[in-house]
Amino acid sequence: MVAELGHFALILALAVALVQGTLPLLGAARGDIRLMDLGRTAALAQALLVIVAFGALTQAYVTSDFSVANVVANSHSAKPMLYKVSGVWGNHEGSMLLWALILALFGAAVAVFGASLPDTLRARVLAIQALIGVGFLAFLLFTSNPFERISPPPLDGNGLNPLLQDPGLAFHPPLLYLGYVGFSVTYAFGIAALLEGRVDAAWARWVRPWTLAAWCFLTLGIALGSWWAYYILGWGGFWFWDPVENASLMPWLAGTALLHSAIVVEKRDALKSWTVLLAILAFSLSLLGTFLVRSGVLTSVHAFAQDPARGMFILAFLLLVTGGGLALYAWRAPQLQGGGLFQPISREGALILNNLLLCTLAATVLLGTLYPLFLDLLTGNKVSVGPPFFNATFVPICAPLFAALCVGPYLSWKRAELWPALQRLRLAFIAAVVAAIVAATAIDSRATLAALAFGFGVWLIVGSLLEFGQRLVRTGFRLPPRSALGMTIAHAGLGVVVLGAVATSAWNTELIKTMKPGDTASFAGFNVKLDRIENLQGPNYIAERATLSLSIGGRPYTVMTPERRLFTVQRRQVAETSIHTNLLRDIYATLGEGEAQNGWVIRLYYNPLAPWIWLGAALCALGGFVSLSDRRLRIGAPSRTRAVAQPAE
Amino acid sequence: MTPKRKRLWLVVGSLAVLGFAATLVLTALNDNIVFFYSPTQIAEKNIPPERRFRMGGLVEAGSVTKSADGQVTSFKVTDTHKTVAVVYRGLLPDLFREGQGVIAEGSLGADGVFLAREILAKHDENYMPSEVAKAIKEAGQWKERK
Repeated sequence: MVAELGHFALILALAVALVQGTLPLLGAARGDIRLMDLGRTAALAQALLVIVAFGALTQAYVTSDFSVANVVANSHSAKPMLYKVSGVWGNHEGSMLLWALILALFGAAVAVFGASLPDTLRARVLAIQALIGVGFLAFLLFTSNPFERISPPPLDGNGLNPLLQDPGLAFHPPLLYLGYVGFSVTYAFGIAALLEGRVDAAWARWVRPWTLAAWCFLTLGIALGSWWAYYILGWGGFWFWDPVENASLMPWLAGTALLHSAIVVEKRDALKSWTVLLAILAFSLSLLGTFLVRSGVLTSVHAFAQDPARGMFILAFLLLVTGGGLALYAWRAPQLQGGGLFQPISREGALILNNLLLCTLAATVLLGTLYPLFLDLLTGNKVSVGPPFFNATFVPICAPLFAALCVGPYLSWKRAELWPALQRLRLAFIAAVVAAIVAATAIDSRATLAALAFGFGVWLIVGSLLEFGQRLVRTGFRLPPRSALGMTIAHAGLGVVVLGAVATSAWNTELIKTMKPGDTASFAGFNVKLDRIENLQGPNYIAERATLSLSIGGRPYTVMTPERRLFTVQRRQVAETSIHTNLLRDIYATLGEGEAQNGWVIRLYYNPLAPWIWLGAALCALGGFVSLSDRRLRIGAPSRTRAVAQPAE
Repeated sequence: MTPKRKRLWLVVGSLAVLGFAATLVLTALNDNIVFFYSPTQIAEKNIPPERRFRMGGLVEAGSVTKSADGQVTSFKVTDTHKTVAVVYRGLLPDLFREGQGVIAEGSLGADGVFLAREILAKHDENYMPSEVAKAIKEAGQWKERK
């Protein structure tokens, strides 16, 4: 009964979305205020209906209603409650429903918080948002209905993929989707601006909070996914250049570029049509990511659904959104009036360089991700483009980006002098060079490139803090606006990520050893002893657990307990790593296969600065949130006078 | 500066960055593409030793043996038509199983044994890597699984 209610709510939501996607557009074109206001009511109704649908599916999961096919395929009565709930989005249908839910919630948020937006702009934004919703709701109802019943209902379900039964992954999809879908609002604003034929500082100020929020969530989502891969896949790596990881990185890069170019629109009234283009591209890349993940066209570690009909649907939708957006852009963008002039050496110039490099990075990732697909279509050759390609292209392009990053904030708008800015960064430069030399001599003399990259990390951190400190001194220690504070935190956070990534990849040590209980080994200055191997029983798995005691110079240091879990329902083994961290380094242990006679394979990693990767990413997101709390960015704070906000014809 | 000069600067700058990126991409693609071959293609193609590539198929049932210390695994990979012997040193991914699809990256030794550097793990055990599915289809042994 509840499942039917959910299904019905979903159908109603589609109907509401169809109304919301058409009538307010008509109203905006005709200047009919009643039709325009319909958009707000419809957005709230649509959100409510999708919440009901999502609640119905959650209810089916929580109560283990095995008459629903989706629950049977992905849940089991013995599963812990957290994973019963996270199982709702741990599968194709449920995750698409989550996508639709977040989309509807963003629409409702625009309706609620956008009170000060001009009527026509709000009506158009809500309509575009609803049209995207139509696509996803139709996708759900016609190809991936999560409420399908199964008769007769089986006694128990197949259980959730054990790799997904993990707290890190339980929250990874919602955060990632908040990011992906958040860019739909930016897209809707971009399209609405093209329809209106005007982009100005006020528009940029309305768009920036949404972009910033989406960007923060996407940053957190990517970081959480990377952290999950780090501790669950048991390879000690944090980024594998897997197509699915790339799929989330591309919108992040485009979104980062958008974040910066929107500042230029806001402050200087320049780069308008470029910013609108980025808004279209960021969401298109989000959809492309969904397409890559959901259609199974690429070989990847995330191989969920492989249904050609679904792939075709998303591909068609992707073409419509991207193609439609770009066509509208080609038609209307030339009408956008260009604004302020500036010299190449200026804040604008620096932000353009930032955009250029970020977009080049996104294009490189796109090429590397899609190249195997194109080659297969054209020649039938099966190839894979792996980490070496991305290391050889992505990393060198990052160098000028990082080098310029600290200089940009010193440059003034319109025209600036490069030399004074560089002089004030002297300290950061010296710190970076010292760090690079120390890294190249004291830590590892063979890894010159890593030492250089390490220097860049220090440059980013010290350079950002230096700028902030000098600003404080200049203003007599009055706290600068929150957006400036956020920028400093985010830029320094990026430096922290760089340090962590470089140190972990270049200077880690690894030991693989077959050990029997009682055996000892020496590793990274520790004495490691395998005390025992024992069997234990979890809620829905049985496990072998190794107890490793680590000591330094005879003094006990810590005990690590890596496990190998066998999930009884799926008959699948998953290694549960044990990580000991002191925030400066991780000791990372996994237990391999083995038996009493020959011993067990134990794998140990020493990963210097590994926690900094996720700490830094969290700092970046924090910077975003701090900036979001800036009063000037508060949604609706700026207002364009109502009289001007007539449909531009 | 006139708008025209500004545009010129922008175009020159963009071209320089894009040119730099294109050079990087082209050299990287030349050096770092890893081809995929099925056991049948390996038998036909005469691939030089030391050349890194990916191969895949099904792990032949009953072919997996381990060395005394448990760190070196030998097994056979088949596309149901031809078979290649594989040696791998290191921990196997959790989903490695006899009769299941597998992809290995490495190179051929002089004796024709494939020295795997990496065995790729998949999220889902029911998932058949598309390259493997294609290889088996081409060997004419594909049965649709339900």
